Amino acid sequence: MTPDVTNVLVEVLPKFEGYVYPNEAGPHPLWGFLIVLYPYITGLVAGAFIMASLVRVFKVQALEPVYRLSMLTSFSFLLCATLPLLFHLGHPERCFEIMMTPHLTSPMAIFGFVYAWYLMAVLLLELWFDYRYDLVQWSKTTPGFRGIIYRLFTVGVTDESPAATALDAKLGRFLSVVGIPSAFLLHGYVGFIFGSVKANPWWGNVLMPIIFIMSAIVSGIALCVFNYMVLTWIRRRTIDMRCLDTMAMFLFYALVVDAAIEGLDWIHRIYAAEEGFSVMQTMIREKLFYTLNLGQATVGTLIPLLALGSLQLLRKRVPEMIRKRMIGVSALMILVGVLAMRWNVVIGGQLFSKSLRGVMGYKLEFAGVEGWFMGLILLSLPFVILTTLVKLFLSEQLPATSGHVPQGEGAEQAL
Amino acid sequence: MKNQFTRRSVLARLGGAVAGVLSLPAARAAKAAVQKVFVSSGAPRGYDPSKHKWLMCVDVNKCIGCGLCAEACKKENNVPEGPYFRTWIERYIIPKPKPASGETRGEAIVDCPNGGMHGFPEAAIPKDQIEHSFFVPKLCNLCEHSPCVQVCPVGATFDAPDGAVLIDPKYCIGCGFCIQACPYGCRFLSPVTKTAEKCSLCYHRITRGLKPACVEVCPTQARIFGDLKNMAPDDPIQKFYEQNRVQVLKPHLGTNPRVLYAGLDKEVR
Repeated sequence: MTPDVTNVLVEVLPKFEGYVYPNEAGPHPLWGFLIVLYPYITGLVAGAFIMASLVRVFKVQALEPVYRLSMLTSFSFLLCATLPLLFHLGHPERCFEIMMTPHLTSPMAIFGFVYAWYLMAVLLLELWFDYRYDLVQWSKTTPGFRGIIYRLFTVGVTDESPAATALDAKLGRFLSVVGIPSAFLLHGYVGFIFGSVKANPWWGNVLMPIIFIMSAIVSGIALCVFNYMVLTWIRRRTIDMRCLDTMAMFLFYALVVDAAIEGLDWIHRIYAAEEGFSVMQTMIREKLFYTLNLGQATVGTLIPLLALGSLQLLRKRVPEMIRKRMIGVSALMILVGVLAMRWNVVIGGQLFSKSLRGVMGYKLEFAGVEGWFMGLILLSLPFVILTTLVKLFLSEQLPATSGHVPQGEGAEQAL
Repeated sequence: MKNQFTRRSVLARLGGAVAGVLSLPAARAAKAAVQKVFVSSGAPRGYDPSKHKWLMCVDVNKCIGCGLCAEACKKENNVPEGPYFRTWIERYIIPKPKPASGETRGEAIVDCPNGGMHGFPEAAIPKDQIEHSFFVPKLCNLCEHSPCVQVCPVGATFDAPDGAVLIDPKYCIGCGFCIQACPYGCRFLSPVTKTAEKCSLCYHRITRGLKPACVEVCPTQARIFGDLKNMAPDDPIQKFYEQNRVQVLKPHLGTNPRVLYAGLDKEVR
């Protein structure tokens, strides 16, 4: 296109109101839907891990049936967590420079190390210690390619003595204890990437890492509830109601803390009404009306809060079937609400000019790297990985051997 | 069989591995830092960045909004067509207050059509309703504490010892974090190179004793460029300081810019 035509297009078809800096007047925000998915997926990783830690560290026996499922969920989402970031880069082929020559004052550089630590030192090792004894057993009894896979995963450590299994349990628990602050660090850091941008009043906020951690825990538990219900439905088993009720309880309390901190953030913003407050009002009233008021506040917070809260008070009076549906729907609504929250943070922060004099528009497109189809693929990928992992490591055909395989009648029905 | 893994040997190996891992990034970073200043910056061989400290001053009262600076910059630096600018000019029109409104002035009207490159159209309000009208040239603010440098994950953008904030295009991964972190909207992701770009003070020119293109073409000398470490007795920078009270943009952010303005208004952000 000739410069004249380009200039005419830029001048005639502005996608903004008021005044925005000329470099902000491009057709799309710099960080699009992919960067919305990045904190969403990372949050699900951290949340699902915290859920698993409730069993391992805090000995919540009722949650035994979902321990391994939570760990596998966390792991499969972690494998995909950096993909949106990678696809978004202008030069993905240079991504390893982040690890090779990191700039230590950059939150994004340190995230690379936190991610690597979490993947290699925490999740992978903990899963291996948890599964090692079973892998040895399964590699002996399972024939064919599957057996070879189990044998490969043992990495040659086939010691089945009680001392070895005791060591597995001990190290696994130690890693789980280390894993909790690591999960907080992982997602707190994602929050810090946004919270540290002082140029942007929508992001630059000291509460941002805490808001991200709490919403991560909420979304992670909701995902585990969803996965557990879907898995039992697919396998035509009955749900262990003790487990589901306990998950709903933790989901409710995490949601209360999350809603309180986000509420505090808003109260502070409204009361302090600092520079840029009027542009924020425009955002809430117009640009982010549906995703913020409807998606994040009503669907993602208020309705689940009421539904799960009423279940805490009236659990015994609500029939099992209704309880299941209420918890399932609440979990789904929370998952949608947290996605809306990530959208509001990432896209919302780019819908107004840093001159604080104008707002830009954004329409999510279907095609392209930043399109919603690509987003859908990236969101489906962890579920594909999870399905494979569940087939391999949570199979009904495998003999229940040790560790955190569900105990008791109700739990056995669950898987 | 003799145990090969004594505590001492394992600790020594672990220590060696940790030391190796720790020293690798440091060595590469040092090498990269040297390369950045002397190779990828566009400076000629023999240029010593530690002997200069560049500074830009802008006299808002002198700017007539002709747009030559923005145009010269685009041509000099091959800035892509479209909404991508290393420097631009904003026009501020501050209307008179409505009668009996109780306000000191009307709401400012700001515009910058095409970066101000081709001048400005007639004001949207009649002349007799305008209280003040002025032009503000904008460029990289040469922050002492640059947020863009702070957040770059690979160190591709860096503070040169002479005060210029530069980008190594061969190193930038195109993540866009610096663009988000710049409070002044001075950076953009080039659609051509897919890396971040910004005003470099025409580093290829100033390191050869020339002025930046925008300063060179400014017909009213609204932009004054100088070297704090090599000031002449009658240096324009010195004169600018003596004759004006200077301000910076967004001082509350603590970025401590070295682009100094005279004659700014409270509406300018």
